[in-house]
Amino acid sequence: MTIKTIREVLAETIAAEMRTDPDVFLMGEDVSGGAGCDGEDDAFGGAFGQYKGLVKEFGRERIIDTPITESAFIGAAGGAAATGMRPIVDLMFVDFIGVCFDQIFNQMAKFRYMFGGKSQAPLVILAMVGAGWRAGAQHSQMLHPMLTAVPGLKVVMPSNAYDVKGLLTTAIRDNDPVMFLQHKLLFEQSCEVPDEPYSIPFGEAAYTRQGKDVTIVALSAMVHKANAVADKLAKQGITADVIDPRTTSPLDEEAILESVEVTGRLVVVDEANGRCSMATDISSLVAERGFSSLRSPIVKVTAPHTPVPFAPGLEDLYIPDEADIEAAVMKVMNS
Amino acid sequence: MASKNTGTNMPMSKKEMLASYRTMKTIREFEWRMFKEFEAGNIPGFIHSYDGQEAIATGICNHLLDTDFIGSTHRGHGHCIAKGCDVGDMVKEIMARSTGLCKGKGGSMHIADVSKGMLGANAIVGGAPPLCVGAALTAKSKKTGGVSVSFSGDGASNQGTVFESMNFAVVLQLPAIFVYENNGYGEATGVSYAVGSDDIAGRAAAFGMPGIKVDGADFFAVHAVAKEAVERGRKGGGPTAIEAVITRFDGHFVGDPQLYRAKGEIERLREEQNCIKNFIEKVCAEKWLTLKALQAVDAEILTMLDTAVATAMLAPHPAPAELYENVYETY
Repeated sequence: MTIKTIREVLAETIAAEMRTDPDVFLMGEDVSGGAGCDGEDDAFGGAFGQYKGLVKEFGRERIIDTPITESAFIGAAGGAAATGMRPIVDLMFVDFIGVCFDQIFNQMAKFRYMFGGKSQAPLVILAMVGAGWRAGAQHSQMLHPMLTAVPGLKVVMPSNAYDVKGLLTTAIRDNDPVMFLQHKLLFEQSCEVPDEPYSIPFGEAAYTRQGKDVTIVALSAMVHKANAVADKLAKQGITADVIDPRTTSPLDEEAILESVEVTGRLVVVDEANGRCSMATDISSLVAERGFSSLRSPIVKVTAPHTPVPFAPGLEDLYIPDEADIEAAVMKVMNS
Repeated sequence: MASKNTGTNMPMSKKEMLASYRTMKTIREFEWRMFKEFEAGNIPGFIHSYDGQEAIATGICNHLLDTDFIGSTHRGHGHCIAKGCDVGDMVKEIMARSTGLCKGKGGSMHIADVSKGMLGANAIVGGAPPLCVGAALTAKSKKTGGVSVSFSGDGASNQGTVFESMNFAVVLQLPAIFVYENNGYGEATGVSYAVGSDDIAGRAAAFGMPGIKVDGADFFAVHAVAKEAVERGRKGGGPTAIEAVITRFDGHFVGDPQLYRAKGEIERLREEQNCIKNFIEKVCAEKWLTLKALQAVDAEILTMLDTAVATAMLAPHPAPAELYENVYETY
């Protein structure tokens, strides 16, 4: 076992799949960088350098730099997938989905159903999500609720390097279009990650903490905050189940319901804007199917219904923090 | 050297010529029959007729194999037929039957048969070109020697997806062919209003690919232009744009009162820009084919369509459980 960061694991996983499957290729803006320039090749290797070195091993035929035209290359990934390739395509910031969403929700997500099961789009769209970078309203959103609402898409939101490797391997081998949403604050998150390939099934939540008094469901970067709160409160005698669903579509409903059946209390933490979020979705799930287990009203911790602000003081206020989560836990414990 | 069956000025063999006629006439009769069935209430939703544009789908798809790809439009019946989709299964699909080409889950605007290289009719104007670029990328990556053709209308020719796709196809030097069927109308708005340039094909040069304008009512002209574009694509010569100028004999949708068209316009165009009439006149005048041979094909088509419609009317509707099928492979 080696300690690896998410950034390292992304390239390692993609390279492993590309070595074994000639139909897999990576495409996006500056996934290599340097094309048409007089300077260095592989100048970017992805916006975070997460793909550095791939072009050296696989060449420009399989690590394809694209013009800044998301409709063309995201749509082309759909067309390539429908005709026998297995594209991995990098959208960079998820916020850019606005200019290519038709190709995702109207085209690739509907092929299998609309064409009676005779077509499919096995591809992965990698995109960065999340606030905290002082990047402003158009580079900081979550957007997973909108994507989770689309039948035909699968949505993955890993919180750690081990899960990134297992879930990305599953995503690349999956025969449906997968949105793989990587929180930009987690690129340097590290943990023990095996060198050999392994896969983690979609729709299986992970318990990152186990307790009996309260269930905290948290996604992506929020998992780490929920864990910190759980650790702090455990010292005060309040123990929490922290559940990381890992994929929002499919969603491991049973894991959440089973936990609430024991704890009787639910806090849902989601960095997305609160309306029509995973927080409302999971709250509704438990209200419908776990109501009799509840000993107190559900509490949601989400971003407010505003765009992501630029000013650091405001952005910090926007993002749910540990104090917000702790207050929510105390509220469900005391009501 | 010209073969025995091929006169020196014959653009193709008699067999190929007759097959082309069969395709064009099948499309036209298909559309007339769907019109009737729609009026009779046998087709849910709405349909868009390809009546009048048959020479384009036929002249292009003549050069394609099942391993070549096409993407289509909301007006896609003609492209499906020309690419080899089963006509009986198409009727069933349009009539929403569970044994239809897409199990009754697609309908007129969403017919696909990937096994024939037909990636799908597309109800989003400008939706198909990016997908076709991707199919061309597959052909290049897998070195199949295949090409990928996107059919778009004059309306779609203004979409950003189209411009992005043309640029990307040039950047990667893909075997993509962008066919623009300029039928004069985007819904109820004229092309002279909606297309800023009066020359869709002329835009291609700015993207770095050849652009050719062709009379869409002249099957032989379309066939010749397509031949060159497909050969260029197969040889790795990159993308081509083709603008085929034509009219549509029906409305935007079947049932469109077409108040935006001048009085007598359609009747005049049925005479002046009728690709099938032009074809018959040409092949008979040149003595390439006999009227009798063509009429025999007509009779076969009508019988085939009668059978297709009768079979479709008896085909089962999807069962309630089918609502939930084929959303995902596994979930």
